[in-house]
Parts: sequence; structure tokens; C-alpha cells
Amino acid sequence: MIGFQTLLRKEILRFWKVAFQTVAAPVLTSLLYLLIFAHVMAGSNAAFPGVTNEQFLIPGLAMMTMLQNAFANTSSSLIQSKITGNILFILLPPLSHWNFYFAYVIAATVRGLAVGLGVFLVGIFMAHIPVYNAAWILVFAFLGSAMLAALGIIAGLWADKFDQIAAFQNFIIMPLTFLSGVFYSIHSLPAFWQTLSHFNPFFYMIDGFRFGFFGKSDVSVWLSFSVALGAFACLSAGAVWLLKSGYKLRQ
Amino acid sequence: MTIAIDVHGVEKRYASFSALAGVSLRVEEGEFFALLGPNGAGKTTLISCLAGLTRANAGTLRVMGHDVVNDYQAARLALGIVPQEIVFDPFFSVRETLRFQAGYFGIARSAALDAWIDELLAKLSLTDKADKNMRQLSGGMKRRVLVAQALVHRPPVIVLDEPTAGVDVELRQTLWSFIRELNTKGHTILLTTHYLEEAQQLCSRIAMMKEGKIVALDTTEHLLNAFSERVLRVKLESELPVSLVPLRSKQSGAWHQFEIHDYNEVETLLARLRESGAVISNLEVTEPELEAVFVKIMRGEQTLGPAA
Repeated sequence: MIGFQTLLRKEILRFWKVAFQTVAAPVLTSLLYLLIFAHVMAGSNAAFPGVTNEQFLIPGLAMMTMLQNAFANTSSSLIQSKITGNILFILLPPLSHWNFYFAYVIAATVRGLAVGLGVFLVGIFMAHIPVYNAAWILVFAFLGSAMLAALGIIAGLWADKFDQIAAFQNFIIMPLTFLSGVFYSIHSLPAFWQTLSHFNPFFYMIDGFRFGFFGKSDVSVWLSFSVALGAFACLSAGAVWLLKSGYKLRQ
Repeated sequence: MTIAIDVHGVEKRYASFSALAGVSLRVEEGEFFALLGPNGAGKTTLISCLAGLTRANAGTLRVMGHDVVNDYQAARLALGIVPQEIVFDPFFSVRETLRFQAGYFGIARSAALDAWIDELLAKLSLTDKADKNMRQLSGGMKRRVLVAQALVHRPPVIVLDEPTAGVDVELRQTLWSFIRELNTKGHTILLTTHYLEEAQQLCSRIAMMKEGKIVALDTTEHLLNAFSERVLRVKLESELPVSLVPLRSKQSGAWHQFEIHDYNEVETLLARLRESGAVISNLEVTEPELEAVFVKIMRGEQTLGPAA
């Protein structure tokens, strides 16, 4: 247990020591998105009746930032340790694959929640944000961050170079988040794109999270929850299996 | 006596070559053991298998009786490894690095741990660097931090993979006196090094590896006696008496060289020189050197099967 706690502390400190870059910077980026998109969308029809564009955007941006940062935390920690070689320090001790999994996922979730909270706090100054059901907000915040943390473990283990992680972020994470309804309700999309969006797990994450604020969503919150939970379970199983097998860690 | 390191029939194959081709060796508790061989002989691969960083294709490895695969947690607790490459975590200070390393091995923060860390830092002349970030340290200092990291959980078995590469003479001596002290206290030491005089001075037994196999395994003393002769060199003011010419192994100017197998032969040779009226102006007896043994074994002039 002490081994796990130590690894968790180390993983949290690793991003917290550079919090300006790992927490403050993403919050600032979200604020810029919010200012620009709210301005561009001003006057256009709101996605949900009674919900302003700014109100609609804030939960989406918060979730998008959480997902991206949870992924960045596990993937960058692993790739940095692999490239610098200091991964050795955690491969020599008697830490189990479960210790690894939980320490990395929890630390990344903490970072995800920290940036999510940051975006929310900034959002409060921009618009009135209702809270319809805090439990759903927390459930999706946790699930979303943990799911991307698990995906980040897979990417971090697989990648041999930093640019492979960047490719993962640019060609998978970014398109999936941008096409998940952060900036719009998928009901505003043509039928084909609406159908396609239903295959994007990030869509359910954002839709369910938004439900917690407004009590309104594109699909049932329970469906979103099931998809999010299923995706999290699959990615976790993959990550744990890779860790147990020693994939690219132990030859 | 407990077997600290027990390696049996270990093979490791990569796509095109065999890094370890059936290696077996035993190191007893409390031994100071050297594992020597040229680059690429398989020393580091063997250490990686022992540490669980590399998985052997065949054979078993045990540390203090614990199998490194089936009982990996107990095996790793018993093992402290100083890696060959200098690696460090740029986010943390020396003290933080050591506290984290102790924590990974299940040691909670306590006054006792802090006292042990202070002792390690003092022994390795790092006390004034304790709160410096790892990035600010020189290469030699980083290497000493790696030594401290390997020792922070007080492992009974310590493996040092070329710990003195690039370390200056003074620090090398500091390091060896500390490692010797640990050995005296009962820690088992396995050392790989290219500085053969270090191995000769420190280690009681030596294994030599070549192309993934053990080609010699014996006590340091036996190896030296078996493969390397003492040499008597005398400088004469006159010619070497004809009767002694057949005994001479080498001549360079006024220096004449004779191979001897024990010290009685020195006495005999000197007596014969005196009897024949030769005048000796200088003389020296050189001791066998591990380097000569190593070169002979690696050239394949002689091989010794691994001792049972």
C-alpha cells in the first residue's frame, strides 16, 4: 500500500510542480475558446431552450479540457519516463500492475478535475451556471477523466517517441472531442453526422455531463452513463493487461 | 549458507542472436563477486533478468531464494541495483528522489528512514547536495545518487553494473570503502566492471562471460594462479650465464625475464646467478594480474568450465 501511495504522490507532484503549465494553461485556453465562440455564436439560436450559448459552452469546454488533460498526464508521464530512462526507478521495486494502474489513473483524474474546476470557476464569472444534479456532474467528471487517463496509459506504453503521443492527441483525441458536441448540440447537425456522433464515446461524456447542469440532453443520461462506463471499463482492461504483460516495459 | 543469487540455465534470445546461452552461477550470501566480460558478453542482460526488467526465455533466477518471476515482489525487495546508465527524475531533489524510492519499496516516511537517508548521503559525500534538484548535479554525483537509491531499502543483495565508469579516483575510493563496509556487514555484492584491478582487489570470486556464456568461474586466487605467472626480472651488468639462457622467457636490453611458479624458484635462480659470477644491478618480481588472465581467457587460449 505504501508503494502505491508513494507512486500516486509522485505522479500528483509531477504535474503539480509545473501547475502553471499543466493546470493554469489549459484553463486559460478554455477561457479563450469561451470568449471567442460565445462572441461568434452570439445571436444564433441556443441549443436548448432557456439555455444561453455561453451557458451551453461552459460544461462542454470543461469536459473537453478534463479529457485532454487526463490523457496528457498519463501519456506524457510514461513517455517521459521511458525516454529519459527513469521508468527504471518504478520497474525495480515490487510494485504490481494494479499499483501502476491506480496511481497513474488517479493522479491523472486529479489533474482532470483540477482543470475542470478551474474552467468552471472561470465560467462562473462569465455566465450563470445552473446545477441541475451535482451527482451526475461528478460521475461524468470522474468517468471522463479516468477513461482518458486509461487511454493515456495505453498510448504512453505504446509510443516510443514524443511525436507519436502528439499524433495520438492530434489525430484521435482532438477530432473526437471537437466532434462530440462541445460547441453545439448534435441535433443541429445533418442526419448523417448525427448518426456518426453516436459512435463517439466522447459525445456521451459531454452530453451526460451537460445533463447534470441543465437537466436536458441529446440522449438519455442513463445511456450516456452506460456508454461512458463501458468505454472506461474496456480501456482500463486494456491498460491493466498491457501493464501486467510488461508491454514495452519489460523485454 | 543461503544462496543469495542462484541462476540456473538462463537463456535469452533476441531475434538474431542469443544474448544469454545457458548461464548458471551461484553467489553465496556475503560474497563479493565479480562478473566480468567484454562489452556485449551478456552481463547487463543477466542483471536485467535478475531485476525482472528482462524476461528469460529459459531457466530460473532466484534472489535470496525467491524466484524473480513467480515471487517477484520478495525477490525485488531483496535486490538493490545500481544501473549502468545514468538516469534521474528531473522533477525532484536528491532527498525527494530517495524518499520516493524508499516509498516504492514499501518504507513509510519516518525519522528512521530520514536518518538512513542522511547516513547514505554522508557516506556518498552528497550531504550538501541533498536539497538540490537532480538536474543541478554533475554526472559523478548523479551516479552516487543511483547508488543511494539502490541502497535505500537496505537490500541484502546489491548489484553494481559498472558503478565507477566516469567516476574520479577519490570518489571511486569513497564508493569502494562504503561498499566494502556493506559487504563486511553481510550484504552480498555482485559487481561488473571494466577496471579489472578493482575486481582483483575487491572480489573473492570471479565469473567471466563471453558471448552469452560463462567461460571461467573460480576464486580470484585460483584464477590468478592458474592463468598468470609471477615474473622475475633481473638487470645484469654482465652477460647472462649460458647455462641459464634456456630458462629465460624474454630479454630486453640488460633485463632478463624468468617465469616462476613459486617463490622458492626466485631463491634458486638468484643463487645460480651469483655462483656464475653475474652481477645483479636491479631486480623485481611482478605479481600475477587479472588483466592477463582476462585476456588469455577471452582469447580462448584457456577455458575453465563453470564450477558446480
